[in-house]
Amino acid sequence: MGRYVVRRLLLMIPVLIGTTFLIYSMAWALPGDPFASRCGQRPCPESFVQAETERLHLDDPLPIQYGYFMLNMAQGDFGQTSNGESVLEAASRAFPVTVKLTVVAIAFEIVLGIGVGIAAALRRGGYLDGFFLFVSLVAISFPAFVIGYVLQYFLGVKLGLFSVTVGRGAPWEDLILPGFVLASLSLAYVLRLTRATLLETLKADHVRTAIAKGLPRGMVLRKHVVRNSLIPVITYIGADVGILLGGAIVTEGVFNIQGIGGMLFHALSIRENATVVSVTTLVVLVILLVNLLVDLLYARLDPRIRYE
Amino acid sequence: MKQRRLLAASALFAAGALALTACGGGSDDEGDGGGATNPDASITIYNVKPQNPLVPGNTNEVAGGVILDNTFRGLVDYNPDNAAPEMSMAESIESDDNITWTVKLKEGQTFQDGTPVDADSFINAWNWTAYGPNAALNSYFFSSFDGFEALNPADPDEDGPKEAPKPKTETLSGLKKVSDTEFTVKLASAQSFFPTMVGYTAFYPLPQAFFDDPEAFGKKPIGNGPFQVTEGNGDTGFTLDVWSGYKGEDKPKIAQAIFKTYTSDSAAYSDVLAGNLDFLEQVPPSALVDNQYQEESDGHFVDKAVGIIQTVTLPQYADGFKDNPDLGKALSLAIDRDTITKNVFNSARTPATGWVSPIVDGYKAGACGEFCTFDAAKAKEYFDKQDFKGPFSFSYNGDSPGNKETAEAVCNSIKNALGVECNAKPYVDFATLRADVVGRKMDNMHRSGWQMDYPHIQNFLEPLYLTGAGSNDGEFSSPKFDALIKEANAAEGDEALTLYQEAEAVLAENMTVIPLWYQAQQSVWSERLSNVKVTPRSTLDLSSVTATD
Repeated sequence: MGRYVVRRLLLMIPVLIGTTFLIYSMAWALPGDPFASRCGQRPCPESFVQAETERLHLDDPLPIQYGYFMLNMAQGDFGQTSNGESVLEAASRAFPVTVKLTVVAIAFEIVLGIGVGIAAALRRGGYLDGFFLFVSLVAISFPAFVIGYVLQYFLGVKLGLFSVTVGRGAPWEDLILPGFVLASLSLAYVLRLTRATLLETLKADHVRTAIAKGLPRGMVLRKHVVRNSLIPVITYIGADVGILLGGAIVTEGVFNIQGIGGMLFHALSIRENATVVSVTTLVVLVILLVNLLVDLLYARLDPRIRYE
Repeated sequence: MKQRRLLAASALFAAGALALTACGGGSDDEGDGGGATNPDASITIYNVKPQNPLVPGNTNEVAGGVILDNTFRGLVDYNPDNAAPEMSMAESIESDDNITWTVKLKEGQTFQDGTPVDADSFINAWNWTAYGPNAALNSYFFSSFDGFEALNPADPDEDGPKEAPKPKTETLSGLKKVSDTEFTVKLASAQSFFPTMVGYTAFYPLPQAFFDDPEAFGKKPIGNGPFQVTEGNGDTGFTLDVWSGYKGEDKPKIAQAIFKTYTSDSAAYSDVLAGNLDFLEQVPPSALVDNQYQEESDGHFVDKAVGIIQTVTLPQYADGFKDNPDLGKALSLAIDRDTITKNVFNSARTPATGWVSPIVDGYKAGACGEFCTFDAAKAKEYFDKQDFKGPFSFSYNGDSPGNKETAEAVCNSIKNALGVECNAKPYVDFATLRADVVGRKMDNMHRSGWQMDYPHIQNFLEPLYLTGAGSNDGEFSSPKFDALIKEANAAEGDEALTLYQEAEAVLAENMTVIPLWYQAQQSVWSERLSNVKVTPRSTLDLSSVTATD
């Protein structure tokens, strides 16, 4: 187990180098003058272009630019945003907000998605089952921003039940509505996935054996059905955590959440490539770690899985 | 992005505009909202993320500009009602020849850290911005000062590997201190609009604290204006508290202004409707449909002209467009501005009749003559007089709302009137379009726009159409125009305005840039606010606004 983790951690290094290089070259391959958007209808002052070119080593070939970038990053220097802050400082403000939002969204996925999925499977074909299948179909069909705007308008502006946008510091209560909107699509999938695997497991041999042995129904469900059915669901939620931590630009925009997604979008639009690459690197790192965590969880859920 | 209106992808540049209420909203209705006016009130205002450190010499867009314009005061300030420059830090700004200006400062003014606002605080700030190696974005504004070239030596081989030599001096030879409260400015050529120009953000004074630690200053500037930045950052917004040491007459009637950073104007609009935000300077396009915002804001809105004009540039370096005034006239006559502004913009734009915004002194309606009025028959007539028959395309940046619709509507109008091919040609974003424009790679029509830096007619002409001027994207060149501008810059009062108008008339003869429309701004606010005025910089006037609890 320990050796497995160490091996996985070491493997992250080449993955990280590969992805950052890809992102770095793609960011700089974007068409357009990297400075034009900073100066509007007026060409940037010669002195400004010169200073920036020098700072970012734009005169050097791409691999050398990338070398400088990695060298700085290895020393903990992630570069500067255009308004003079260090990227790390800005990211350390945005990241906790995204993490909070992700936690709320994942909580909805787990509690509502798995909970309702189990309930629906156990009452297969009943009214409840039909109702939730319909609701999940609606959630899958509508893009998040439509659900976002509709809920924001009716629950926020009209009824005043929830705060319309997220305030400074992103307090938890402000994140309930955005978290739900963000989770809505995955919630529907988790619900359907849970229901389907559960139905499958209910028909499995070991469950029939357990029931035949005369074990109480509750114990059969807890120990033999639900636990075994959760592996695909955990895989799905794990992947989702990674995606959500990478920022949810649309939902963040609708509810004005100052998270990683918005930060990346802003940086991209003004061609602040150093920020784009640094922040994406952080996101890649987080996704790799979450993936590792999910893999380790498998072993807890299914005793047949062992890591050597 | 942070999309704040039309000009740029991410931000609008330079200052805003004023006057001429197109159709007034319910503003200054005293006591509106029920409660009594509270001098300790705190209000929240929409803003986007500033792109640059909060340093006057580096701030060229509205998001940072609005913070600085409330924490600093320059030599002059613009009257929120008529955009006229009024003395602020300066006691007087005088000149005999419009070349050498003597600036006298008011006594006893200080910065928020207690240090005096004196001649040095202006001279040092201006030298810093103009000095090439500091790479300040606003260095452009000092290019008319004596000694600017010495601070910005040319690169010997342009983009080549050799670097520009380091300037031999760090100060503008045109700036001379006379005493603590007096200094002189020598310009390279006559500029009668100098007193108007120095109200712009780039000309604010700086305290010694800036030179000691520019980086810290850029995060929390120390100004000399009615408000001071007490906390915040670009991502969530800045909190400005009233500074009790401010001696100007325009003392605020509120205690605190919180500039909240938004990433979407729709979210901000919802916040205003729910009472979570007090002022939004531009409602989202969706709220303009059938003028919804007027009803939804319960009458708390204003719709007024600002100093922004949209145009079509015909690149003079491209085949077919070069020295072809008949083509320009034909294309201009073929654009049905009335219908487009009504259908595409819900009348939030006004058809342009010239190249100068109606909000500045010296604006003359109809400078464009008959050529800015839709007339298909006459368009065809001019079109037949010349040889270039197309095909035509209209390039635009697709990252701002309305640009696509504009390009398609303009092209359709031309197509229908002239029977030629015309395609709207999208660029991914502003940066990409600008790269081709600045690189002179356009081979057909492209979108252009201008937001004034300071409210003066000169700002709509010289930077855009003078031979070789920085923002002369289409490389228009006319010795007659250049001579008139030079003459106007040296003249004063009405005489100067007449000369500027004559210069504008030259543009109509050549038609290398086609005026489309003037922009207006539609702002909404919460019921807490009264006495709402929008400044020439398009922002809420914080010195006159009042609020209830």
